[in-house]
Amino acid sequence: MTLEAFADTIVPGEKRSPDDRAVAGAAEGPGAVAAGALELLDWSATGVTPMLGDLVRRLGEHAEAFAAGEGLTLDASVPPFVALTFAQRTALVRRLLAPGHPEKEFWVLLTLFSNMAYDSAAHTETADAMAAGHPGLLAMGFSQPDPDGLWRFPRYSYGRPLARLHPATTPSGSPE
Amino acid sequence: MSAMEQTDVLVIGSGFGGAITAYHLAAGGAKVTVLERGPWLGSDEFEHDFKLGASYTRIFDFVVGDGMSLLGGNCVGGGSVVYFAAMPRAPRFIFERHGSIGRRMWPGAINRDTLDPWYDRVAEALPVHTQDWNDVTYAGGLWGAMCAHSGRTANPVPVAIDNEKCTNCNWMMAGCKFDAKRSLLLNYLPAALAHGAEIRPLHEVQYLTRTDDGGYVVHYEHVDEEDYRIHHGSGKIAAKMVILAAGAGATPVILQRSEPHLGTMPHAVGRYFSGNGERLNTAILNEDRVREVLGLDRPDGLPYGSNQIGKGPCVANWDRLDGSLPEYSRYSLEQLYFPPGLGTILAQVPGGADPTWFGAEKKELLAKWSSWLTIFQMIEDDNEGVFGPPPPTGNANRISQQMLGRGSLSYHPTANTLRAWAMADAEVKDIVERDGLAEVAAWTNDVVGAYTVHPLASCRIGDDPSTSALDDRHELRDHPGIFVTDGSAVPCALTVNPAMTIAALAERSVPGIVAAARERGIDVRYGAPSPEGETSARRGTARLARDLAG
Ligand SMILES: Cc1cc2nc3c(=O)[nH]c(=O)nc-3n(C[C@H](O)[C@H](O)[C@H](O)COP(=O)(O)OP(=O)(O)OC[C@H]3O[C@@H](n4cnc5c(N)ncnc54)[C@H](O)[C@@H]3O)c2cc1C
Repeated sequence: MTLEAFADTIVPGEKRSPDDRAVAGAAEGPGAVAAGALELLDWSATGVTPMLGDLVRRLGEHAEAFAAGEGLTLDASVPPFVALTFAQRTALVRRLLAPGHPEKEFWVLLTLFSNMAYDSAAHTETADAMAAGHPGLLAMGFSQPDPDGLWRFPRYSYGRPLARLHPATTPSGSPE
Repeated sequence: MSAMEQTDVLVIGSGFGGAITAYHLAAGGAKVTVLERGPWLGSDEFEHDFKLGASYTRIFDFVVGDGMSLLGGNCVGGGSVVYFAAMPRAPRFIFERHGSIGRRMWPGAINRDTLDPWYDRVAEALPVHTQDWNDVTYAGGLWGAMCAHSGRTANPVPVAIDNEKCTNCNWMMAGCKFDAKRSLLLNYLPAALAHGAEIRPLHEVQYLTRTDDGGYVVHYEHVDEEDYRIHHGSGKIAAKMVILAAGAGATPVILQRSEPHLGTMPHAVGRYFSGNGERLNTAILNEDRVREVLGLDRPDGLPYGSNQIGKGPCVANWDRLDGSLPEYSRYSLEQLYFPPGLGTILAQVPGGADPTWFGAEKKELLAKWSSWLTIFQMIEDDNEGVFGPPPPTGNANRISQQMLGRGSLSYHPTANTLRAWAMADAEVKDIVERDGLAEVAAWTNDVVGAYTVHPLASCRIGDDPSTSALDDRHELRDHPGIFVTDGSAVPCALTVNPAMTIAALAERSVPGIVAAARERGIDVRYGAPSPEGETSARRGTARLARDLAG
């Protein structure tokens, strides 16, 4: 739940159900969680999987310290980071990712993979992800491949001169 | 005791610096062994796939440092397999740069005129050709039109791409499936193999030691073919001569690790690193304004909306490549494409509230991804990168099974570099935000520091022993028989894409290396034609080659 809440802070999405606590519902449409962030983080190929338990624990501690600093009382029925509002999660994650934070590189990794689940579906073959309507790739307007799973764009050029060439261009096409 | 394996010339790395020298030495008759840390993939194995473990992550290397992250190739063919194949020559003024040392950084023997014949050889071999506006993609055309609209010029860049075969799929970073990109897998490397060179993939060199007779022993580890964090045993090969071409992010690390065995390294090993002054800006186009202001229209959809379509960089603005301008104020601005995965996370919301690179506003920015245009700045940086103590193996502590690791480079941009980036940012803004065409923001340097796909200069050539690690024949000072021929030998940022210059310097280094090899008793001659047998560029370098052979 804590990792879902983290991924949702990076690429927020709509709640999966009215009582969804991890996903804050801060944006329309599916976010990193619906795009498969947990699946990607759970895959050992990323290298972050063995750290996840530790990162969840630390995120809980940071959330508690954050709450104490702001004088907040956290709902004890969910993990501390999940108990924060979206704005509070964002404020905390900003601190963890800021240059100079001693744990920054771990939070950067978690951020990178949360984002990758959404913008490139790095846990799924891309052609399959497109066929299955992967929410991130779809939202970005990534186009469908040809039937053989490869992308080709036979139309690619305005096909006319659009600027004057630099006067000192050499015959090899390079700058002088 | 079994005898150790022997070779004449051991080449470390199979990118531009390794492939070019391996070809000429093998063609000249030397026994050449190439050790490459990455796998060996053919075009049928290159995939259109972002899934971890697909060719995209197998052949790619991303090393996070302190203030600078490096991206490069990790496979037979090195950076040429993942690159965008934009191949301009460095402008004339570059060779006169002083940088941080107060005098000319390049060896006296090298300038644009003396390098041009070597550029010609590379152009013939790959080959490299000019493009016209019919070859230029929508993204390149748009950039050209915006440059023209603001009173500037713009040039289609010369490339090593067979445009007849190119499908404009923009999957170049995963390797070219269509053999359109002229990587080293299509020219120098097959020619080297045909002349008997041996290439061993998944062999990562760790350090060198000396033999009793003036040669070297190269120590390597076998890398697992899927999980690069796992190594399967080690080995060593004795060589009469070593060519180090592991790339500017790895070559100095191998030398640092060898220092206890070889003795003190020149001061410039692992110093003076340059990121080629790279920085990216992402513009978000207003599609209506593209039509109204620039009169652009695609036959099949939005006026632009084609971020995904293309073949990397096609058009560059070179107005600031003017030798009469002061150093650190000259740069090029090139249209580029960077795929999702690595190409979106650092983009910032123009004028957005913090956080600018993640969160709800960033998600809205991603929804406009098709209307993104990426502009690549290459400024003159200050050679401010320094490598710290080497990691236990390779050039990084690997984090993920492939691609991602943490390295020892630190890079803290000087005021010169920061000012140049700020100038280039302002100019990009002036061009793209004119008349409401777009909104633009630079990529953040707060996440993984600055970043570069063009690492250079970490073991550079020069005339001055205190600020260069190599003499002008690329031999490592005080360590005869070790030559460095990759991007680390280039003295400074070039303000254009560097592979053409790296390759030309490698071509230029060969006559001197052959002469040194003969002195070491290797039966080798200089004079091979282009990998496919053309000879016109060879004629152009014949006299220069004789001089270089001494
Ligand atoms: C995405 C991308 C796009 C690019 N586009 C362009 C472009 O359009 N134009 C341009 O001019 N440049 C481009 N470049 C840069 C270009 O690829 C490099 O400048 C060039 O490849 C550097 O050549 P090199 O010989 O220095 O090293 P590389 O080509 O990097 O080769 C070094 C080789 O050594 C291997 N190696 C490293 N360590 C070891 C070890 N310990 N043992 C054995 N082998 C080792 C590596 O795996 C690699 O194969 C691009 C780079 C990237 C990453």
